[in-house]
Amino acid sequence: MIRLERRPTPSRLWAAATPILAVVLTMIAGGILFAILGKDPLEAIRTIFWDPLFNEQFASYSRPQLLVKAGPLILIAIGLSLGFRAGVWNIGAEGQYIIGAICGAAVGLAFYPMEARWMIFPLMVIAGGLGGLLWAMIPAILRTRFNTNEILVSLLLVYVAEQLLASMALGALRNPEGGGFPGSRNLQQYPSAANVELISGTGMHWGVAAAFIAVIVAYVLLTRHTLGFQARLLGQSPRAARFAGVSPNRLVLICMAISGGLAGLAGLFEVTGPAGQISIDFNSGYGFTAIIVAFLGRLHPIGILLAGLLMALTYIGGELAQFMLGLPSAAIQLFQGMLLFFLLAVDVLSNFRIRIGRREVA
Amino acid sequence: MDFSAINPTVLIASLMVASTPILLAALGELIVEKAGVLNLGVEGMMITGAVCGFAVAVESGSPWLGFLAAMAGGAVLALLFGVLTQLLLSNQVATGLALTLFGLGLSALIGQGYIGIKPPPVGDVNFGPLADIPVLGRILFRHDIIVYFSLAMVAGTWWWLKSTRAGLILRAVGESHEAAHALGYNVIGIRLAAIAFGGAMAGLGGAYLSLIRVPQWTEGMTAGAGWIALAIVVFASWRAGRVLLGAYLFGGVTVLQLNLQAAGLAVPVEYLSMSPYLITILVLVIMSSDRRKALGAPASLGRVFHASS
Repeated sequence: MIRLERRPTPSRLWAAATPILAVVLTMIAGGILFAILGKDPLEAIRTIFWDPLFNEQFASYSRPQLLVKAGPLILIAIGLSLGFRAGVWNIGAEGQYIIGAICGAAVGLAFYPMEARWMIFPLMVIAGGLGGLLWAMIPAILRTRFNTNEILVSLLLVYVAEQLLASMALGALRNPEGGGFPGSRNLQQYPSAANVELISGTGMHWGVAAAFIAVIVAYVLLTRHTLGFQARLLGQSPRAARFAGVSPNRLVLICMAISGGLAGLAGLFEVTGPAGQISIDFNSGYGFTAIIVAFLGRLHPIGILLAGLLMALTYIGGELAQFMLGLPSAAIQLFQGMLLFFLLAVDVLSNFRIRIGRREVA
Repeated sequence: MDFSAINPTVLIASLMVASTPILLAALGELIVEKAGVLNLGVEGMMITGAVCGFAVAVESGSPWLGFLAAMAGGAVLALLFGVLTQLLLSNQVATGLALTLFGLGLSALIGQGYIGIKPPPVGDVNFGPLADIPVLGRILFRHDIIVYFSLAMVAGTWWWLKSTRAGLILRAVGESHEAAHALGYNVIGIRLAAIAFGGAMAGLGGAYLSLIRVPQWTEGMTAGAGWIALAIVVFASWRAGRVLLGAYLFGGVTVLQLNLQAAGLAVPVEYLSMSPYLITILVLVIMSSDRRKALGAPASLGRVFHASS
């Protein structure tokens, strides 16, 4: 008989090994999926994970894209991870991302066509972060004041934000010179507001820089600061946390503020950079994929950095496979979902020992 | 703007149709949560049900086979969640989210070839002369069978939870899994059964969307209906009768805002479209701010059960 025996403390070895195991299992299951779809599984896996980085023909385009895609994922996931550790489930990062982009773009467009990059771009960054932060404060305050479930509220607000985005793209922020088409002015073509590539040919823009800074700050916060300790304590033992003088409400507000602010920043950097403009379908699900990134990275800053790069690779490789092999884009979405499933499944190994045989008499 | 175009009788009749998917999914989730399991994957199971039902109905030409396939699809996906959370003891919140993300991807993949196709039609139940009664006939006797099924399920769920031994055991598992385990009940087995039931109901709700309400397949067509179903369970303080109230309230708001859009109310369409979500949030706030009503939550909701610990 197989049974599980709880480990006194989670295994460090397995905690590090399980994400890798999950990736391997996902590749196997993904290979089977691709085979069912009538594609050569080995070729599909190679196109997704190898060609974007090492194929001479594609790598020059794909490598910079890696940072472009990983930037927002890492930035959002870092914010989410602190909350997830504390048991504060902000799953509406997609909405905060949209609102951050709208607020930031609105500030930039208000100054158009004035040229003053030293002032306008920083103001936009502040507006973007603040927009996401305030949007996240709605579920946070409802939870602390009225005991409302923050999971449901933050998620429902994503749909509200999407409608708001559509209304902005069609109304207030529409390009007056756009011939009536939906969508705002292109911020990339407005030098004071453009999120430019910092080192040309690498994909390194301000958002990626912000993501790297967030990783470092989060690492320090988590290992050296009482806030990180309190978040871990509240997540693992709410009762012990209260005895230790941790205020759950204060921590909920802080965690939501950080995750919302970072998601808002990610939205701002995206709208001023790779996306270029506010449009109806501006959001592309980074806010949800970031949840997978946060878990895959084991809620640890360094892990999230690696997980973000890996997930970005599946986006780029997925596009390449779509182009080269005709693999449907939904297959990649499914692939990412599977990854989270496998990760949660093999997680049992770090908290439990598997014992085979009869139970001994204690 | 022309409000006279809005007919209250038609409004009530169509709100019943609009509410049915959410009602079905919320009833399923009610049973799951009563067993002490929080499955946040309702959205994923609904959309999988929507696409499975649609695909099978189109291929076989029979909507009934479609509904069965939708229930099976939802239940299989739910059991995936069940195995992970009950046997491999994973975190229920994270696994539920994974289920939603997985379901959205899976449905998009299955549904690729079905965009723009019309499904086989489902007729209304024939009540003969009853359907011709003014007002009442339109509201009560001109619906498809699933609407009546959903109403029967409300009564059935209420009765089953309140008056049967099996319902009592399910509630015991949800209130205190240790006590239920000590009494010799198979906590994990009961929970897995509840999870599968919840999945089947969510799948059926999804198929109702794709086969009757819309009727078409479009990617992401559930548009948050699963999350609203979750909110309605909280709103209902875990009672079957109030689930009906919540679902019809939500359906009413949805239908009313669609009618207002059609009547040309001077508010941009986007703001009307966000109103159902905003009202759901508002209702959640009102319900949760009252601590006594929150007591309806099963005591073991969302907690991991492991026999040896």
